[in-house]
Amino acid sequence: MITYIIRRLFAAIVLLFVVSAVTFSIFFLMPKLLGSSPETLATRYVGRAATADTVRETAERLGFYDPIYVQYWDWVKGIFVGADYSYGTGVEHCPAPCLGYSFRNNQPVFPDLMDRLPVTMSLAVGAAVLWLVGGVAVGTLSALRKGTVFDRAAMSVSLAGVSLPIFFTGLLSLSIFSYNLGWTAVGGSYTPFIDNPGEWAYNLLLPWITLALLFSAQYARLTRAGMLETMNEDFIRTARAKGLPERTVVVRHGLRGALTPILTIFGLDVGLLLGGAILTESAFSLQGLGKYAIDGITNYDLPKVMGVTILAAFFVVLANLIVDLLYAVVDPRVRAK
Amino acid sequence: MNSKRLVTAVAAGAAVVMGLSACGGGTSSNGGSTGGNGGANTPAFNAAMTTIFNPSDKKGGTVRVANAGTWDSLDPGETYYGYSWNFLRTYARSLVMFKPAPGDGSSELVPDLAEKLGEPSDGGKTWTYKLRKGVKFEDGTEVTSKDVKYAVLRSTDKETFPNGPAYFEGYLNLPDGYKGPYKSKDVNTDSAIETPDDQTIIFHLKQPFGGFDYFAMMPQTAPVPEAKDTGAKYKEHVIATGPYKFEKNEIDKGFTLVRNDKWDASTDPNRKALPDKYEVTMNVNADDIDNRLISGDLDIDITGTGVQPASLSRVLGDPALKANADNPSSTRLWYTSVSPTVAPLDNKACREAIQYATDRTGYQTAYGGSFSGGDIATNLLPPQIPGASKFDLYPAGADNKGDVEKAKAKLQECGQPNGFETNIAYRAERPKEKAAAEALQQSLGRVGIKLTLKAFPQGDYFSQFAGNPPYVKANNLGLALNGWQADWSDGFGFLSQIVDSRVIRETGGSSNVSVRIPDVDKLLDEAIGETDKSKREADWGAIDKRVMEEAVILPGVHAKSLLVRPKKLSNIFVSTAYGQYDYLSVGVA
Repeated sequence: MITYIIRRLFAAIVLLFVVSAVTFSIFFLMPKLLGSSPETLATRYVGRAATADTVRETAERLGFYDPIYVQYWDWVKGIFVGADYSYGTGVEHCPAPCLGYSFRNNQPVFPDLMDRLPVTMSLAVGAAVLWLVGGVAVGTLSALRKGTVFDRAAMSVSLAGVSLPIFFTGLLSLSIFSYNLGWTAVGGSYTPFIDNPGEWAYNLLLPWITLALLFSAQYARLTRAGMLETMNEDFIRTARAKGLPERTVVVRHGLRGALTPILTIFGLDVGLLLGGAILTESAFSLQGLGKYAIDGITNYDLPKVMGVTILAAFFVVLANLIVDLLYAVVDPRVRAK
Repeated sequence: MNSKRLVTAVAAGAAVVMGLSACGGGTSSNGGSTGGNGGANTPAFNAAMTTIFNPSDKKGGTVRVANAGTWDSLDPGETYYGYSWNFLRTYARSLVMFKPAPGDGSSELVPDLAEKLGEPSDGGKTWTYKLRKGVKFEDGTEVTSKDVKYAVLRSTDKETFPNGPAYFEGYLNLPDGYKGPYKSKDVNTDSAIETPDDQTIIFHLKQPFGGFDYFAMMPQTAPVPEAKDTGAKYKEHVIATGPYKFEKNEIDKGFTLVRNDKWDASTDPNRKALPDKYEVTMNVNADDIDNRLISGDLDIDITGTGVQPASLSRVLGDPALKANADNPSSTRLWYTSVSPTVAPLDNKACREAIQYATDRTGYQTAYGGSFSGGDIATNLLPPQIPGASKFDLYPAGADNKGDVEKAKAKLQECGQPNGFETNIAYRAERPKEKAAAEALQQSLGRVGIKLTLKAFPQGDYFSQFAGNPPYVKANNLGLALNGWQADWSDGFGFLSQIVDSRVIRETGGSSNVSVRIPDVDKLLDEAIGETDKSKREADWGAIDKRVMEEAVILPGVHAKSLLVRPKKLSNIFVSTAYGQYDYLSVGVA
């Protein structure tokens, strides 16, 4: 098992480098193929009244005259040994792991990411708990009551949940519950968990529910399909024949068997969300990684884009690793192998 | 079936809540009343346009401010956004400022840090200001002329401060190769700025410039203490001279301003400093901002560009909401550049055909109509700029839908009786520009001018595509959607970057895409050197006319915006200089 984990971790590191190299190449190679010079790239980062000298100096400062592999190497080097940055009246050292400085606001990327991570993590984890519990419960009940009014209603609601875009449901729910009824916090509210757990939950309640509504629909449908299949398996008949109570048959035998595909997709979803729930963060004005990524992309701010990409890739890889390890816990058939 | 009904029900609910449905309120077609009828305390549409609404001198409270994006910089030395210049007067004082007064009164320059406006000498090449005594930084140190000089000099370092205006480095008589105080240390800069004593500062220019007081109004003249300057990091904690100082500042997230106890009201006739605090949040969803303004959970939408399309019909359709709204103009023109370097537009009559054939109402609709789009423009200068006068060289009929016959005659004259084909560029991220391009495609199609739409990314629009002369010519970009807002409410602030052919760079990046008229360059130089204000203002009007004669710019709309006026705010009015509420004067108590 330990060798397996080490092998997976090693593969994860290689993958992160590949992802970073591809992102870097897209940022620089694509414009180059379209005919951009270092100066035209630099014009994105100068004011509208910049002189040719300023453009050249900016291109120099941002390293655009170096070959792309040198620029990439400088970036990688920063992760291990840090980097220096001149802010005019002095030089600041960005300690390792340094993911560079924003091309736009000169702020080091890594502390910014760490500052925004708790917001995204709070959003993702809270919503994940809601959609997992809600989705699996509704899916299980639907499967057990197949064809009933409950089943049909639950599946219809879940279809609506998947169909409605989050920037719509987000703004709508803010408008109704926050501004008209005053039950929930207004957009942009966030209190760190350690400062005040009650306020933390109150502020995030609406984003959690909105995000969970989108995901739980999918989980309800998957659970229902899985349960319908599992409950027809031979071992369920055996369990019932042994005289086990129905609750034990459903939860310990049926649900457990149906959970494996749910777990796979759950790992991926949570991993992706930890890299930034872009639409939810935008709709609720939360200063998380998703909003940070959008800023980076719209402003051609490569260090920001690189930082979020690496962090998102890290979480996806990590979540998958955890899921793989959990298979053994959930499904006895995997453990037996 | 069930799900379909549910979706329909939710959508209908949303439409009601968000105001997307067509409400039955009586929207006036002419933009509503001036607000004068109801008095300064009675809510009415446009009530804060020319008078102070809900006037008050009561101090206290917190003003809650939101920004859908982020500041370019909080450092007065490198910010270039109009709303930022409006707002930073809360924490910084420049030599001169726009008068905090409603309506056109705000276009008047008044001394701020200086005792009076600049005194020109040497035919407008030298400008002298005397600083008020007793003005202090937030740490209690007295402000001197050397702090102002240092602030201006550091702002010329465009590698460290890329975002700010570049007028000072262009006009000051700085030593050759000067790159600001960080890189050109110990270089004597007295040829550009002298500070003979702590209260006097003298600017020396390379050429006469009659409107130097506008330069002195720029935030770059707000003093910076050299000992506390931290270069590009200074924006993290600007040392305040205004009535407020930074309590906390998280870059791109938000900041809080609290009272600066070292600010002395006796040195400052312009600021009331009513609130105790400003709380600013950035990166807030734009539609959410509107909802919060309407519900009273927010006081100021700092960008001041008006409500989003989703809220427009809601505000205009509900008389109660409309009574708490204002519809100011900004000094922005949305227009289309017509490039004379692209055949057959090198022929003036072909360009004139475009002017005549354009359906102006289609252009206006594309930008959002008369409330959020703006007024149909027939010339360049926005009406609130001193010296502007409305004229129309290419009448488009009483309905403003274009003069097709005249356009056909012009096509005949330019040797293209059946019309011609050319491309029109627009920014892919801007649906309004796309809609305007489509409207032009339709209206010009009536006379046989076939336009092909070409979308380009806005980040590279001017540097690589529409503002890159070789690309324009090689790719037949005869027309390009464009827009410009004056740096300040004055002819120079509006025209200098869009009609001076000398700002065009062959490597791209200039906002001037199509105006290459030697006469205009000459007229600009004459106007710039003119120290007589009224003569100078007349010159801007003449330049406007000369550009329109050449038909190289097709004016679209002079922009307007629909602002929600939160009920909680006191002492609120629109500043014509900024085209938005005066953020310095509002109160909440």
